[in-house]
Amino acid sequence: MENTISPLCKIEVFAPINVASLSIALLLLLPALAAIFRRRQSALVAACSALIGFSSLLSIIAGVWTVSSHITGRLVLPIGLPDLPFHLRLDPLSGFFLFVVGLLSFFVSVYSAGYMRGIAAHRPVTRLVSFYGLFVAGMFMVVLADDALFFLVSWEVMAAASYFLVMFEDEKAVNRRAAFLYMVIAHVGAIAILLSFGVMAGIASGFESFNGYTFDAMRQAKFPLEWATVAFLLSFFGFAAKAGVVPLHVWLPEAHPVAPSNISALMSGVMLKTAIYGIVRITFDILKVFPWWWGAIVLVLGLVSAVMGVLYALMQHDLKRLLAYHSVENIGIILIGIGLAMIFTSFNLSVLAALALIAGLYHTLNHAMFKGLLFMGAGAVLHATGERNMEEMGGLIHQMPWTAALFLVGCISISALPPFNGFVSEWLTFQAFLLSPSLPSSLIRLLVPLGAALLALTGALAAACFVKAFGVTFLGHWRGHGRPHVHEADWFMRAGMLMAAVTCLLLGIFPTMVVEWLDIIPGQLLGATISTSAGAAGWMWLTPIAPERASYSGLVVLFGFIMIFAAAYFILHIKAGKIQRVPVWDCGFEKMTARMQYNATSFSMPIRRIFGFLFNIGEHKRLSPQSAHPAFPAKMHYYLRVRDRFWNWLYMPVTKTSFWFSRGIGNLQRGRIQTYLIYSFITIIILLVFVR
Amino acid sequence: MSLQVAAQINSFLAAIVLLTAFAMLMQRRVYGLIHLFTWQGLFLSINTAIVGYVANRHHLYISSILTLSLKVILLPYILHMLIIKLKIHKEVETVVNSSFTMFIGIALVIFSYYLTAPVTELSTSITRSTLAVALATVMIGLLMMITRRHAVTQIIGFLAMENGLFFAATSATYGMPLVVELGVALDVLIAAFIFGIFFFHIHTTFDSLDVDQMARLKEGD
Amino acid sequence: MNPFSFFIEIVQVATLLGLAPLFIGWVRMLKCWTQGRSSASILQPYMDLAKLFRKNVVLAENASWVFRFTPYLVFCTAVLAGGIIPILSVDLPFAPTADVIVLVGLFATARFFTALAGMDIGTAFGGMGSSREMTIASLAEPAMLMSIFTVSLANKSTSIAQIVQVIYSGQSVLRPSLAFAFFAFILITLTETGRIPVDNPATHLELTMIHEAMILEYSGRHLALIEWASMMKLFLFVMLGIACFAPWGIAESVDIVTVLYAFIFMVLKLGIVGAGLILIETGLAKMRLFRLTEFLGAAFLMATLGMLSFFILE
Repeated sequence: MENTISPLCKIEVFAPINVASLSIALLLLLPALAAIFRRRQSALVAACSALIGFSSLLSIIAGVWTVSSHITGRLVLPIGLPDLPFHLRLDPLSGFFLFVVGLLSFFVSVYSAGYMRGIAAHRPVTRLVSFYGLFVAGMFMVVLADDALFFLVSWEVMAAASYFLVMFEDEKAVNRRAAFLYMVIAHVGAIAILLSFGVMAGIASGFESFNGYTFDAMRQAKFPLEWATVAFLLSFFGFAAKAGVVPLHVWLPEAHPVAPSNISALMSGVMLKTAIYGIVRITFDILKVFPWWWGAIVLVLGLVSAVMGVLYALMQHDLKRLLAYHSVENIGIILIGIGLAMIFTSFNLSVLAALALIAGLYHTLNHAMFKGLLFMGAGAVLHATGERNMEEMGGLIHQMPWTAALFLVGCISISALPPFNGFVSEWLTFQAFLLSPSLPSSLIRLLVPLGAALLALTGALAAACFVKAFGVTFLGHWRGHGRPHVHEADWFMRAGMLMAAVTCLLLGIFPTMVVEWLDIIPGQLLGATISTSAGAAGWMWLTPIAPERASYSGLVVLFGFIMIFAAAYFILHIKAGKIQRVPVWDCGFEKMTARMQYNATSFSMPIRRIFGFLFNIGEHKRLSPQSAHPAFPAKMHYYLRVRDRFWNWLYMPVTKTSFWFSRGIGNLQRGRIQTYLIYSFITIIILLVFVR
Repeated sequence: MSLQVAAQINSFLAAIVLLTAFAMLMQRRVYGLIHLFTWQGLFLSINTAIVGYVANRHHLYISSILTLSLKVILLPYILHMLIIKLKIHKEVETVVNSSFTMFIGIALVIFSYYLTAPVTELSTSITRSTLAVALATVMIGLLMMITRRHAVTQIIGFLAMENGLFFAATSATYGMPLVVELGVALDVLIAAFIFGIFFFHIHTTFDSLDVDQMARLKEGD
Repeated sequence: MNPFSFFIEIVQVATLLGLAPLFIGWVRMLKCWTQGRSSASILQPYMDLAKLFRKNVVLAENASWVFRFTPYLVFCTAVLAGGIIPILSVDLPFAPTADVIVLVGLFATARFFTALAGMDIGTAFGGMGSSREMTIASLAEPAMLMSIFTVSLANKSTSIAQIVQVIYSGQSVLRPSLAFAFFAFILITLTETGRIPVDNPATHLELTMIHEAMILEYSGRHLALIEWASMMKLFLFVMLGIACFAPWGIAESVDIVTVLYAFIFMVLKLGIVGAGLILIETGLAKMRLFRLTEFLGAAFLMATLGMLSFFILE
């Protein structure tokens, strides 16, 4: 497949890569547009949504086209530094990620048409619109980049734009703090990626010239194992910081919730995926040969992120924070697939690796859809109630039936329940786990399936978490004091969520088609495909290894549900009695108030108790005895604070050290010109000694 | 009984021995612990007999009978009498963080598998795969001695370790020479007697069999 | 795939629908006997269901569509699972729809909605039931899947029909891994079907109420559907256990005689399993909710040891 496109094709106008470039160019126009329309905010919102929607459609076309017809397009742009032009390349792997980003970005742009109008009612959105465009463009550029320079430039565009988006409501101190934390960790990561590229480029060109900076040069280079390891570890660190892998996840639950919800949807749904793209690109495409323990690192960190992510999510009572922690979990699940693929690849089991890689990529797509959907739903709730704290919510299903139903679809999908999409990718990952007996090393063979138990735990805890999220937010009674006027989301928002929900269902019931469509990516990266076995029993049955080994059909499950449901409903309603609406029975208890319902904190109490050792839990009660006897307090206050242990273990020491260090450096600054001259003098002397 | 079936029974018994080891790790009642220990000895003795049959080593029958009489009948009887005399047979020990201990136990099984894998590859004996289980039994016995505080539990942990060693010898090299085995059996018996005497002394001195009490013996307290 | 196998499929679902209450009746009868009480008729569950179906539905004022949708969905999952698990025959046209992992997923879907329904009315009991149910499920599901993985690794397949066939064709009988997995499976079945260690299917007592707490507000046909589905759930778990660990008797080919034999075998096995279930249930004391981790930890340990012994000993 490589290099089959002759240079002539570059002139051909109608190629996927040109379509994708056009979409990026259009997005880069958006800040200009924002400047023109800044006096007419509602027109600006409309124009922004239309433009982003259109360019997302273009990149969806480019992505689908590339993956379906297995083509690789290249483009060299003579911009950038002198003699170092930007290289763009669109191969099926990039095409897939382009498609994922484009698809969610399209849904979100429709949603934003309604959502940003709501924001525009009370504050100008010019800044939001300009950075929104830049942000999406940055993500498109990252997946298209084919040299280290352009990659890093795109990476920074994406990071900086998202920083300003997190800062959008910058009057709140907590937002500024979140954005700062995000910026710091993103840049520590970016430095690691830069260094990794430096190592690879240096080896590719033999430390002689700058020509090694293209990915093509790196692909052709032979890396000594130790340098390859250095490059891998550095880049994995960098991408893990961006993806929010435990223990580098702390910025994620701070930054994602405070951004406007359409941006949160994009950040959680697709921005994290660019890091996944980076990991796949560097390991499978550039370094290609690696020992098994690289895969083990990825797998173990994936498992840790998945379990810790979901447990932290369970402890939250802020709806958007909860969703943000679930991104940590799902990134973990994706990394499990990729880690397994790496382990299988290192033992030359490429067909098994193909299965694991497809499981990971499939989950990438699925997570983009349902996480986007959930964040859009949370945005609708926030928009309607002005509230992010679940402890105050309840009963919204009656006022917001559409949002509730669509949010429920997202909940089912993310909890990995059939027949929706989250289940398919987790099922594929389980199947990949169960292939471990083919591994040659006896110890790994034995350890790998134990990871499946952790994945199972993650899935079950995720279900618990989303019963909590949906149950507390949408069911029961309103818990807060005083009831705000709640209104349903407008049609644009509903349409955006509806499309994502339908995609979730479609991805769940037509998995065979998706797997066959994706098959070219492992085909190119690993030289093995699974489509012949995956569709062995027809398009309706997904049989990843062989029909007698395992099979699943989401479509039949769905149809079974519908048929049995219809039959049962019909039979029971032939002569059904009237439904009588009465006050709640509740075992005869009277005087139940809405404050007595289970809320987010009480729901997760048993789990908090069982897994409490993983957290730093501060819990205390205060009684205010105003009645006669202390045994009958009039009021009781309960305080609970759950903190990430990683703060104390990892971040506090780092911050303390760096403060100590900077204070030490600060001592150098004396304020006297003579001192500075001495510094310069000493520096010159030392340099001269070395130069001699 | 074909060799194949015998090997299967052997590995099945190995699995049960491992299970009893875990059960002892989790068991809080002193009484139940002795029962479990008895069962473990019984399975061990059956297993030894089967290995003796498979490998055609007749001295293994003797060690099987030895195990049966010592670990299934005599030692449990002594322990039994002891705890009834000391009136501790209904004591329930608090096991701290049992699930954590359990995960360490599982990790130990994996670790011993990792350790014995090279041996298993070299060995040709039909019972070689049970070596990992035997080693794991030793380690779990030690783990039990570490995590528990009760003196009776400690000695049962010690005896469980010895069970594991015996099991390892049977599965790796079809048993130790008979002389060695007799010696070990005698040692264990004497150890049990000495422990028994010590129990009485500890119990009369501290009015408890909690070994943490013995920290009071150190100087300067 | 012949038309006859479709017929068997229908027969099998009918068996599930028809025999599940009978099995519960049998279990309840045995329980009464072990406790020295005189029992109700073995047909009592049918009469209960019939009565509930005749009654009108009384619905709380703020019940949403989730509350009304749940009974149907729970019922659907049970019936659907009945079309997939080989109860009478392995040659089922719908068997490839789902393997064991999907079945666990189907039960999880039913549980997800039941828990939501518990929270829908906004009572303290409902929320308590949902919270506990999801906690237990989150510990039971990994153990369940570990047990199932052991079976799948030992039989090199996750499809139940294939597992049955591999067990039929295999000559080895004593597999420690399967024995461990089996014990784990028993513990999980007892937990998942709400019999022990905390839940008590027979009472409305706050301390032992989990499943009951969630469905407290149901009435009429909704309650009938949920009750029927929970009867089927126990039946299906027993059938799943039989198919994975002791399938002997399940028909491999579809002719009427073998299926008839399979039916007789199944009834016999159900009788024995019912007795075993009651023995365990009567013999074990109920536990405090937070002792549950130990119970399920034991199940998880068994399943893990099963998997380890598959790799170490086999």
